[in-house]
Amino acid sequence: MKDDLSPVKIEFVNFGVSYRSEKAGSPPLSALENVALKVYDKRILSVIGPSRSGKTSLLRSINRLNDLHASFEHSGEIFIDGAPVYGGADTDVTELRRKAGMVFARPVVLPLSIYENIAYGPRLMGRSSKSELDATVETALKDAYLWEEVKDRLGSPAAALSGGQRQRLCIARVLGMRSGIIMLDEPTSALDPVSTAKIEETLTALKNKYCVILVTNNVKQAARVGDETAFFLMGKLIEYGDTAKIFTTPRDERTENYITGRFG
Amino acid sequence: MKKITGETIIGKILLMIALSSIGALFLITVFIFAEGLPVIFKTGFAAFITGMKWKPTREIFGILPMIAGSFAIMAGAMIVSVPFALCCSIYLAEFAGDLMRRVVKPAIELLAGIPSVVYGFIGVTVLVPFIKNYIGGNGFSVLGCSLVLGVMVLPTITSISYDALRAVPVSYREGALALGATRWQAVKMAVVPAASSGIIAAVILGMGRAIGETMAVIMIAGNSLIVPLSPLDPVRTLTSNIALEMGYASGSHRQALFATGVVLFIIIMALNVLASRIINRAVK
Repeated sequence: MKDDLSPVKIEFVNFGVSYRSEKAGSPPLSALENVALKVYDKRILSVIGPSRSGKTSLLRSINRLNDLHASFEHSGEIFIDGAPVYGGADTDVTELRRKAGMVFARPVVLPLSIYENIAYGPRLMGRSSKSELDATVETALKDAYLWEEVKDRLGSPAAALSGGQRQRLCIARVLGMRSGIIMLDEPTSALDPVSTAKIEETLTALKNKYCVILVTNNVKQAARVGDETAFFLMGKLIEYGDTAKIFTTPRDERTENYITGRFG
Repeated sequence: MKKITGETIIGKILLMIALSSIGALFLITVFIFAEGLPVIFKTGFAAFITGMKWKPTREIFGILPMIAGSFAIMAGAMIVSVPFALCCSIYLAEFAGDLMRRVVKPAIELLAGIPSVVYGFIGVTVLVPFIKNYIGGNGFSVLGCSLVLGVMVLPTITSISYDALRAVPVSYREGALALGATRWQAVKMAVVPAASSGIIAAVILGMGRAIGETMAVIMIAGNSLIVPLSPLDPVRTLTSNIALEMGYASGSHRQALFATGVVLFIIIMALNVLASRIINRAVK
């Protein structure tokens, strides 16, 4: 299913997520249950499933963005490069978020110039020499296939870009941080087909260097882009394996029903 | 013929009430200008606003000292209140827990409900003697006035900038945090810039309040007709000039007070227009 050379980058061990209910006495809302999953380096993992299946909770648990919700609770553990994400009091959450960059469904650009949007992350990490930043910005934009479109107006506000360009800028921003992991939460759900194709092209090119997790509502996109695919339903990991295999001979009936469009 | 129903009658009544309130405002504006403009024309607009002497008995009307006084006090109040208000709103909007927010926010808004004469009274009994004894001058001063006004405009600036900060989409915060920003870095680089126009508008509205305040200013500012050169100098503002002299003014003196009102009106109008333009630009 994968070549044995690519090491495990992220491992979920009996991982669960629940959100405490607002009302006292009522049971917590379970979003993920007992997930056991390995994500390999230099591969793309597609995560599919209907809404409320726990896909987004899965992503936001990796970089602990879920910590922002007061009601968030977890069980089990996630390991990145063998190091626990939740256990160990000395986990540096900020450092963790730098390691696992995230791209959201709605392209969120900071209210800064195109250049500054990418330079923001590296600056936070203390890489701030002009020549180094220039190089980082250029490489990131080139890797995100955005360089040709914006190279003459790096100083103009990022908010002026089109939706598709903004999303590629968000990807470039993550690349600029040299995160080992790139997580994308339905990155093309708000984009037109042409922009979507460009993003998919970008992702395929990136997997040589990164561990990519793509959460998507678009089953065909998962099939096009993913090396491995994981199918979630109601917070449970139903099936996980080689993308070609999942899409041709799924083991579970629910997987088959979902990918053939019978529900979801 | 169109049927007259209860619906249309209620609509008409509401329209009339709405129009009458706007009409009252309009009439007040017309009245101020009608009363004030003749003196301005007689003195000459430039002479009126740059004149150093205000001698109503000899019909010499120059309001530069009061314009300077109003702006000095406004600037002082901003220096006092803007840093506090900004820190306060950022803390409340970004860092405070639920309980803290529920206690502190109403407490700050309560400050706006204290009558200005009470502020003035505290200023006269506590602040003025303190300045006289420990800093210098006779106590009635730009400094004392700025401190009191600074506290008075605190709720305005705090609550409007708080609203501006809360209106920044969560996605901005998450976007910055996901890039490895700390809480403070996310606030500094993503949230505050996104809310900046709202914050600027809040400051401008605060300036409008400071310039328009009268009672507390009369009690603390000392009301001397000089252009203040030091924070310890006493001053008279445009508002206090009107309030102090309206009791006995008549004829062209009375008109000159209205003319002072015209200048005040224009300043505050300009500040409000500026604030609403900045807010509108942010919405777009």
